Amino acid sequence: MSVTQAEVLAGVKDIVVEVAGIDPTTIEMEKRFNEDLEVDSLSMVEVIVAAEEKFGVKIPDEEVTKMTTVADAVNFIVSAAK
Amino acid sequence: MSKTRVVVTGLGATTPLGGDVPTTWEALLAGKSGVRTLTEEWAQEASVQFAARVAVEPSEVMERVEMRRLDRSEQFALIAAREAWKDAGSPDVDKTRLGVVVASGIGGVITLLDQYDILKTKGARSVSPHTVPMLMPNGPSANVGLELQAKAGVHTPVSACASGAEAIGYAMEMIRTGRADIVVTGGVEAAIHALPMAGFASMKALSTRNEDPTKASRPYDKDRDGFVLGEGGGIVVLESLEHAQKRGAKIYAEIAGQGLTSDGYHIAAPDPEGTGVTRALKFALEDSGVNLSEVVHLNAHATSTPAGDVAEANALGAALGEHISHVAVSATKSMTGHLLGGAGAIESIFCVLALHHRMAPPTINIENLDDAVTVDVVRDKPRALPAGPIVALNDSFGFGGHNVVLVFKSFEA
Repeated sequence: MSVTQAEVLAGVKDIVVEVAGIDPTTIEMEKRFNEDLEVDSLSMVEVIVAAEEKFGVKIPDEEVTKMTTVADAVNFIVSAAK
Repeated sequence: MSKTRVVVTGLGATTPLGGDVPTTWEALLAGKSGVRTLTEEWAQEASVQFAARVAVEPSEVMERVEMRRLDRSEQFALIAAREAWKDAGSPDVDKTRLGVVVASGIGGVITLLDQYDILKTKGARSVSPHTVPMLMPNGPSANVGLELQAKAGVHTPVSACASGAEAIGYAMEMIRTGRADIVVTGGVEAAIHALPMAGFASMKALSTRNEDPTKASRPYDKDRDGFVLGEGGGIVVLESLEHAQKRGAKIYAEIAGQGLTSDGYHIAAPDPEGTGVTRALKFALEDSGVNLSEVVHLNAHATSTPAGDVAEANALGAALGEHISHVAVSATKSMTGHLLGGAGAIESIFCVLALHHRMAPPTINIENLDDAVTVDVVRDKPRALPAGPIVALNDSFGFGGHNVVLVFKSFEA
């Protein structure tokens, strides 16, 4: 299943809104999960599990530790979903 | 050396009678029942199909995102703590002198069971990363401590249905021993779920009056057949008298002492002799230094079980002697149901308000008073309490044989 970057960003936005309850307009590619979006390490696990379910991909733990920004997550998912 | 005096400067609660203290107190004086038939699917096949759910769902007063990281018991704790803290005037206090002691009898049992369902149906990876902080019994205390940034110590005594009272006693000691100037304390419970209900029902501890739920909790009545499970919690702000007076705080009452004992008799049944309760009462009176003649009110544990209510009444008589006939006894679980770890906390709030308003709340649903109960029960309507210095007692007992008696006193500067 192939998805575009815009589709994945929209999906990740929905998940972050659900998990962290923040204004969706503040969620942009360069934003950092922890520092900018109130997604702490526990909430990040929720985001990842929800993203795996939504896009039908596997995101290994070692990749999760490298995901600082929204772009990191979106780009990984786009490439993993190809 | 005289003990540091400790006073009550804030109250908060969410109960089956109301979403805050004023509405709960109003419903309590009006003799309303908070017990209702459960509408959940699991309850339709259960042997007990009713309970006392909170009157105001947390979702009505709490943000969704905050709620999803908190067990229901933690939600109750934060809701009640916010009210209590505001009621105390949001005191400006050195955080290293601020403590929190909030108890729960069972902890985050709903989270535990719900996440186990997820584990079985969706697999381990889908189990929420918030599971452990949500199910740990110290979760309610920890969340209140975090919100208030309390740094003197955050604690959670656990003693089943005596937990809430034990927490308040522990909090008083934190101030007496000089560890803190203010302690936010109380108890909560959120256990209305198929499994704990089935467990209590299996012990034959619950009333099975499915056809008439609001009449099911009937302490001291001849036809009582068990307790009614309730949920919610109560939080009080305790403060050293010196600290309260320095900041000009409103003072509801004084907490004057406590008595703690254990039965060493049975894991669930009360000692029919009630000697553990009698000793706890005596210790409490000694610790508080009050005159027996000042004791005018007692909020009884009285859960509406056949054995417990009589054992308690006998123990009260043994401890207070002749004076027991001058004590107005209220069994408020007839209206709130039994909040387990929250019971001792909301009933302490009722004691404080009874002193503050000079009014003992009623006991409802007594159609035929059990002949074995010789205490003076306040029935159906509230009863005015006398002027002058007066004392109210709150006793709580828990599975395991835990006995806690707290002593509250009208505030006299």
